[in-house]
Amino acid sequence: MRDEQEEILTMQMDSPEDVLGEADTLKDQLKRMARQNKLAVISAVVILLFVLGAIFAPVLTPYEFDQQDVINRLAPPSAEHLLGTDELGRDVLTRLLYGSRISLLVGVVPTVISMLAGAVLGICAGYIGGKTDVIIMRLADIMLAFPSMLLAMVIMYTLGDGLINIFLALALVSWASVARIVRAETLKLKESVFVEAAKSLGVSRLKIMCRHIFPNCLPSMIVLFTLNIPSAILSESSLSFLGIGIKYPQASWGLMVNLGRQFLYTKPWLSLAPSIAIMLVVLAFNFLGDGLRDVLDPHLKDQ
Amino acid sequence: MLLNIGKRVLQALVVLIGVALLIFIMLRIVPGNAIITMMGEHANPEAIERMTAELGLDKPFYVQFYTYITGALRGDFGTSYSLHVSVSSLIAQAFPNTVCLALAAAVVAWLIGIVCGIIAAIKENSLLDRLFMGFSLFGVSMPVFMVAMVLQYLFAYKLGWFGISGVSDWRGFVLPAIALGWNSAGSIARLTRSTLVEVLQEDYIDTARAKGRRRMGVILFHALRNSMLPVITMMAVQLSSLLSGAVICETIFSINGIGRLAVDAISGRDIPLLQGTILLSTALVILGNLVADCLYSVLDPRVRKGD
Repeated sequence: MRDEQEEILTMQMDSPEDVLGEADTLKDQLKRMARQNKLAVISAVVILLFVLGAIFAPVLTPYEFDQQDVINRLAPPSAEHLLGTDELGRDVLTRLLYGSRISLLVGVVPTVISMLAGAVLGICAGYIGGKTDVIIMRLADIMLAFPSMLLAMVIMYTLGDGLINIFLALALVSWASVARIVRAETLKLKESVFVEAAKSLGVSRLKIMCRHIFPNCLPSMIVLFTLNIPSAILSESSLSFLGIGIKYPQASWGLMVNLGRQFLYTKPWLSLAPSIAIMLVVLAFNFLGDGLRDVLDPHLKDQ
Repeated sequence: MLLNIGKRVLQALVVLIGVALLIFIMLRIVPGNAIITMMGEHANPEAIERMTAELGLDKPFYVQFYTYITGALRGDFGTSYSLHVSVSSLIAQAFPNTVCLALAAAVVAWLIGIVCGIIAAIKENSLLDRLFMGFSLFGVSMPVFMVAMVLQYLFAYKLGWFGISGVSDWRGFVLPAIALGWNSAGSIARLTRSTLVEVLQEDYIDTARAKGRRRMGVILFHALRNSMLPVITMMAVQLSSLLSGAVICETIFSINGIGRLAVDAISGRDIPLLQGTILLSTALVILGNLVADCLYSVLDPRVRKGD
């Protein structure tokens, strides 16, 4: 009780700046980030470039992604083939561009699925509590106990190869951590004055969860979203690297690294080029996520 | 506190059973009968039936699960479909390698991570701090296979300092351990920095300084000790990603470890082997988290006295 009072007091003490801070719209906050954090802006531009590259791949390159030219196989970088050609004489740059389609999709789609599932389950667990909470959180504990790579491997084994199955596997691997964070957030919001007010006005439970809790979880979710994309991209590339996941002849960065590995000592660029592409995209998302976290949700910093 | 630890052990057991059940279910809903994969499309029906009965696959699901769990508790994980030897003997061969690799990687991660984190925290907002933190984000963003292959190319192939693959002696572990610890080092550095920066603003740091202790002494004995708690918890979380990364590292450096067994099991459609390796790795993670939880409550006087 005493603590609560103290909290209310400190809240009031802080309120002038706090209220101003709260009144910031998302747009203002993003503008603030853009001013303070140049690295985040550069990262956003890099991501945009990769997205554009993925969309306009057919326009940007004169080659097809599976166009073979056996006479020119394993050619070193040259004016015609900026990054050389692979073991079947396919243009490496072209395959990189097409591969970015898969990597970006694999970054975004499973993350969206796992964010939605994690948010719904996290809010239910936190707000409804009781048995629902116990069941959902124990399930999350079980999922989180697995080393993610191994879990993804088992799921891929069960479902079989293919892009859709990778989406599912990566979403299944990552929903639990989202649920945990959203639940913690919900527990905090549940005690807040506006939820109390809504409750006393007789607003239904479902409506409170959708209208009051969910929107207030959004800032942390945006941050989580940006930070989960790179880990999804890394997971897919690792799976494809092991030969579980995207199958030949589709171009995926992880698969390109895997195929290039046999020529590591003689033609290192074959595996280095896609590796660097993965690193750049992941790095850009990490920098952007870091910047977003600083403005949107400083509390998440230690998680 | 004992009660608390007892509760955590119980929770860990529940999670472990859940994990076993989940793996069991996932591997048994695989489309296509495992037996047919094993014996070929054209095996005669009688042989298939005999094999099914021999492996106990004709019994109801819960009986199979019960048999598996009681066997696993005795250290019997069944017989590998592809290699025709007991899974436990395969795991016993591979396990020490994975443990050595993970431990070595943890040492690398701790050393690099904590030293960089301390330096960055002491020189907060300096050029060095930004450099280290930018670099650590680089570390986190590099795929394990990239680090591994670059190390292999430079130090094994170009310079010839280490063997390219295999682990005949300790030198074989150097490159894989660095490759595996690289990611974790980045996150540990960032965490060490952020907690240390926070702790350095506490009053007791000023008190210690006012009593005339040297700055370095205060940082090492007062601040670092108090900022290590989150880092210890983090290490338990990292164990899970170390085991994930070990799959890649063991494949690249041809180390006969748990991760590589799992990859082989998948390509050989070898359910008992896959089941055993995953169950064991996950049990290891659960154990790691349990130890971290207990350490946490032993090390943090607030938690120790609170319960």
